[in-house]
Amino acid sequence: MSDRKAPALWNREIVSRAAIESFVKLDPRLMIRNPVMFVVEVTSVLVMFTLLRDTLAHRMALAGFEFQIALWLWFTVLFANFAEAMAEGRGKAQADNLRKTRTETQAKLIIEGGQTKLVPAAQLRRGDVVMVAANDVIPGDGEIIEGIAAVNEAAITGESAPVIRESGGDRSGVTGGTTVISDWIKVKITANPGETFLDRMIALVEGAQRQKTPNEIALSILLSGLTIVFLLVVVTLYPFGLYGGTRLALPVLVALLVCLIPTTIGGLLSAIGIAGMDRLVQHNVLAMSGRSVEAAGDVDTLLLDKTGTITLGNRMAAEFIPVQGVDKRELAEAAQLASLADETPEGRSIVVLAKREYNLRGRELGEVGATFIPFSAQTRMSGVDIGGRRIRKGAADQIIRFVQENRGTPPTDLQAIVERIARSGGTPLVVADESKALGVIYLKDMVKEGIRERFERLRAMGLRTVMITGDNPLTAAAIAKESGVDDFLAEATPETKLRLIREEQNQGKLVAMIGDGTNDAPALAQADVGIAMNAGTQAAREAGNMIDLDSNPTKVMEVVEIGKQLLMTRGALTTFSIANDVAKYFAIIPALFIVEYPQLQRLNVMHLATPQSAILSAVIFNALIIVALIPLALRGVRYRPVGAAAILTRNLFIYGVGGVIIPFIFIKAIDIIITALHLA
Amino acid sequence: MLSNSVIQLIAFFLIVTAISVPLGLYMARVFSNERTFLDPVLSPIEKLIYKLCGINPGIEMGWAGYAVSMLAFSLISMIFLYALQRLQYYLPLNPQGLAGVPPGLAFNTAASFVTNTNWQAYSGEQTLSYLTQMVGLTSHNFLSAAAGIAMAAAVIRGFARRSAKTIGNFWVDLTRATLWVLIPISLIFAVILVWQGVPDNFSPYVNAKTIEGASQTIAEGPVASQEIIKELGTNGGGFMSANSAHPYENPTPLTNLIEMLAIFSIGAGLTHTFGKMVGDRRQGWALFAVMSILFFAGATPAIWAEQRGNPQFSAIGIDQHASATQSGGNMEGKEVRFGITDSALFATVTTDTSCGAVNAMHDSFTPLGGMVPMVNMQLGEVIFGGAGSGLYGIIVMAVLAVFIAGLMVGRTPEYLGKKIEAREMKLAMLYVLIFPTVILIPTALATVLPAGLSGISNPGPHGFSQILYAYTEAGANNGSAFGGINANVPFYNVSIAIVMLLGRFMMAIPALAIAGSVAAKKSTAASAGTFPTDGIPFVFLLIGVIVIVGALTFFCAVALGPIVEQLLMMSGKLF
Repeated sequence: MSDRKAPALWNREIVSRAAIESFVKLDPRLMIRNPVMFVVEVTSVLVMFTLLRDTLAHRMALAGFEFQIALWLWFTVLFANFAEAMAEGRGKAQADNLRKTRTETQAKLIIEGGQTKLVPAAQLRRGDVVMVAANDVIPGDGEIIEGIAAVNEAAITGESAPVIRESGGDRSGVTGGTTVISDWIKVKITANPGETFLDRMIALVEGAQRQKTPNEIALSILLSGLTIVFLLVVVTLYPFGLYGGTRLALPVLVALLVCLIPTTIGGLLSAIGIAGMDRLVQHNVLAMSGRSVEAAGDVDTLLLDKTGTITLGNRMAAEFIPVQGVDKRELAEAAQLASLADETPEGRSIVVLAKREYNLRGRELGEVGATFIPFSAQTRMSGVDIGGRRIRKGAADQIIRFVQENRGTPPTDLQAIVERIARSGGTPLVVADESKALGVIYLKDMVKEGIRERFERLRAMGLRTVMITGDNPLTAAAIAKESGVDDFLAEATPETKLRLIREEQNQGKLVAMIGDGTNDAPALAQADVGIAMNAGTQAAREAGNMIDLDSNPTKVMEVVEIGKQLLMTRGALTTFSIANDVAKYFAIIPALFIVEYPQLQRLNVMHLATPQSAILSAVIFNALIIVALIPLALRGVRYRPVGAAAILTRNLFIYGVGGVIIPFIFIKAIDIIITALHLA
Repeated sequence: MLSNSVIQLIAFFLIVTAISVPLGLYMARVFSNERTFLDPVLSPIEKLIYKLCGINPGIEMGWAGYAVSMLAFSLISMIFLYALQRLQYYLPLNPQGLAGVPPGLAFNTAASFVTNTNWQAYSGEQTLSYLTQMVGLTSHNFLSAAAGIAMAAAVIRGFARRSAKTIGNFWVDLTRATLWVLIPISLIFAVILVWQGVPDNFSPYVNAKTIEGASQTIAEGPVASQEIIKELGTNGGGFMSANSAHPYENPTPLTNLIEMLAIFSIGAGLTHTFGKMVGDRRQGWALFAVMSILFFAGATPAIWAEQRGNPQFSAIGIDQHASATQSGGNMEGKEVRFGITDSALFATVTTDTSCGAVNAMHDSFTPLGGMVPMVNMQLGEVIFGGAGSGLYGIIVMAVLAVFIAGLMVGRTPEYLGKKIEAREMKLAMLYVLIFPTVILIPTALATVLPAGLSGISNPGPHGFSQILYAYTEAGANNGSAFGGINANVPFYNVSIAIVMLLGRFMMAIPALAIAGSVAAKKSTAASAGTFPTDGIPFVFLLIGVIVIVGALTFFCAVALGPIVEQLLMMSGKLF
């Protein structure tokens, strides 16, 4: 797995571009999409009018205060815009990198009669068939219909090791912009220009196609609702003031309003969403919609293919089990000899095991003057003829027959060993030397290293993992137990997979599924989050709502974490934003009415210097906190898989309790500074 | 606080807890149509009612149908009550020959009783005939409470059901709430009240000569029967003007305890009804815990502030210390037979819920003591709350809490397995928005309009508190009076009536709509990653959300009323 590197947080180019963008975004037509910040902008304009009036009337002391209020109100809007522009800028930087890989290529279009014609790649349409030979750039997304080739997909995945792509199997998908290194393939184009992965990826990271996700919409409603409540509070405060004889000025009312409405989360909301998508692309996962990213955070059940995800996909020798009366070392030696020339992964693993356990050095067959008997469909065994010995290894029934043919008697305990291995999910391979059966090699489907820990982490995240395998239930159960997966589906067919997903969904669970084959497509479409491997078939890629460009099945964990992080960041900043209001009230309310009721000084718990400095400090804090939280919004709140109750307690403490306390400290600090500078 | 106060407070709470569980589980059976021990007596009556009214109890309604039925029922009964008041002079059971109620007051009273507010701009014994009190008001005391309980049952069903189109039948819930819950409990406790000396008769008023030789008119009437439902249904409209401070409404400490228990019982019980019906009792206990903690948070400072008394009095040598012969503290506006604890506790209880019955004059509390009832109401009447309305109110707050902080566990928010999405958020925000709107806007108008200002009896922040309190209790459907304000004028009669109506129905409709919306949803299964809504973090989160939403909304207003007044009092200025 190679993660696309994220640009440094305060990359100078991105920052300067974002700074300019934040002014462009002041356009009210753009601002209205963010109701909270739109209110700030409108009220800032109103304060400007008051400022103008007081300046013209030469009330300079007042105008100076109003000028500062107006200035910081504008900063509030600009900082929010800046946060969004930063997030977009980081996406754009990635998009530019992607664009560099998109070169003008010529495609060899296959026309009638099998001839090829050179056409620009941009003219290819869905359904066209092109020929791609070694060193050619694949001109568009498509599916191999003929041939096999090694393809360098570094342009998309960043991984320079070539991968094999061939027609017919689950590795038939190719992506435009990648290069064929050897051999040739015929590719059926599946995407029109402008709709390719590269195009979609660029559009996605640039935020061009960005639509508000369902949770973002719901959160916006909450924030707009709160804004209206505070508008009501501030508007009615004016008559309340009049009742007591205080005529509150517009700038201070606006200052109170802007401090109370949730500007922190309002200003950072879209940046959080863009940054979430961005993080996904950094992990080389392409989400078709923001909705699926949110859904990923909610996944309860994860369906994983056994082969390639949980196990290495090859059976490996795990143990030598001799029959009674045979030395273990003798069996190991015979097994090693029988496998010396066996180039299959199984064969090699036997040699390695013998070497590791008994220090039997692997020798060249020539050295020992032996003849290798390769595996054949007829004999269903392989082995070696060496110095008159005929050593064979193979399936139990075949070797037993071989022994009997050589007038030997199979040992009585052989069958029991074979059965025991089969029951525990392994494959028994019997070794015989002429008429003497020596014992059994225990071949095991090797579980990937570290997979148990990954499942433990998933369990801590609240996810249940289900292994899907075509193996029989016995074998599946054994592997499930060893890998630590929660459940398994054995002898899986496309129908049983689909049924499993539906059952889970009927229980109210959200299901994520990872797949690559055409027979995975229905299940991928049914799952709430379907992650297709980029190397998979076109059908699988179209059925999923996310595509993993690295074709790394364990990537789902990062996807789930990014989904969770996205939601957590929103929740944390919302809680923080609302909790902040407590301190702002204590700063502003006494300041507003101190003239009428000097006793309200008791509420001035921060002992802010003057009413004007109190109001100004609150407004400045409100603006600066947006900038201070941009890194958090872009990076996301850290997710730890420790269970919801623990996360809740922790985050409530940090962002809730912290959100109440922090502004008291900083508003006081700002008050000290502006008093020292004689600003108010 | 005196140890005596602490013991009373804790004993009261323990009895509430003990009552709430069986009552809640009983109500769960009533609203799940399961068998109860009262069925042999009540089922025939129930069937007869359905037959007479042409109700098909088998047909359930969607949330909109439910809301329309509820509104239609309320509108018609409100018109009926208005007509009854206007025509009472011509109707029987009017031994004092009281005249018809003027239109503004009749409108206000009709709105007040139909919304379960029971704000009384009139003085009962001087304005209303026995017939109006019994047929008009007492029946509303039952039915408006029953309507509230019915809506709570409907909202619970919304969360309990999966992929359902309906949330119950309003008429069935209304009938069952009245027959199975309100009437049996009222019957038992009305008899106990009579035993303790509360009258229940149709006698004309008695003229008595006092020891000093002055003549006094003593009001009589069917008091006990109205008294118990006044508390049980969180109505609060007293038979007498003095409400539960009157010796005929609340003669002894025992009746005082029974009345306080009655006020809390349904609101507390419904939390368990909720837990039972959604299939997870802990969910009910979580809401119960939230309500309990908020109750103590109000009761403790109220009792403390009242017991401490008025520092200005101490300064001029008045003994405010508790002793064997006096309860000490601020006894202004309090009954000697209740003393400080029972008065302050009653004030807390009656404003935690939307009851509004009073056994002491809140207007005469110390500013801090008086702030507690006001803040209780401003938190949205969710501390046990109104009969039914308290429960659906706290559920809406829970939805909000789950949404704000639920995101922090990294899942899209869900409450009881129901995803909280844009639609629920819209409705919850509507609910949250309406409350301050109906309180702050009229308060703002009244503080600047001459018509509003002419009604207050004190200048300065205390006058402001009077206005704020009046609209707060109206919007919260509480109906308790801060006193001092002359509300029986067209401006207040009409504006308060409108606030009461909006505060009841404009909040009930979004609550029902949320129920309808979540009923239609599938229920997501809980996992280790699910936000737990039955644990201690959630309890404190919900408390935080209720307090912060309430505080952020009303802090300005409260600061200019009771807070500034308390600060002024401490510096020696009284109003």
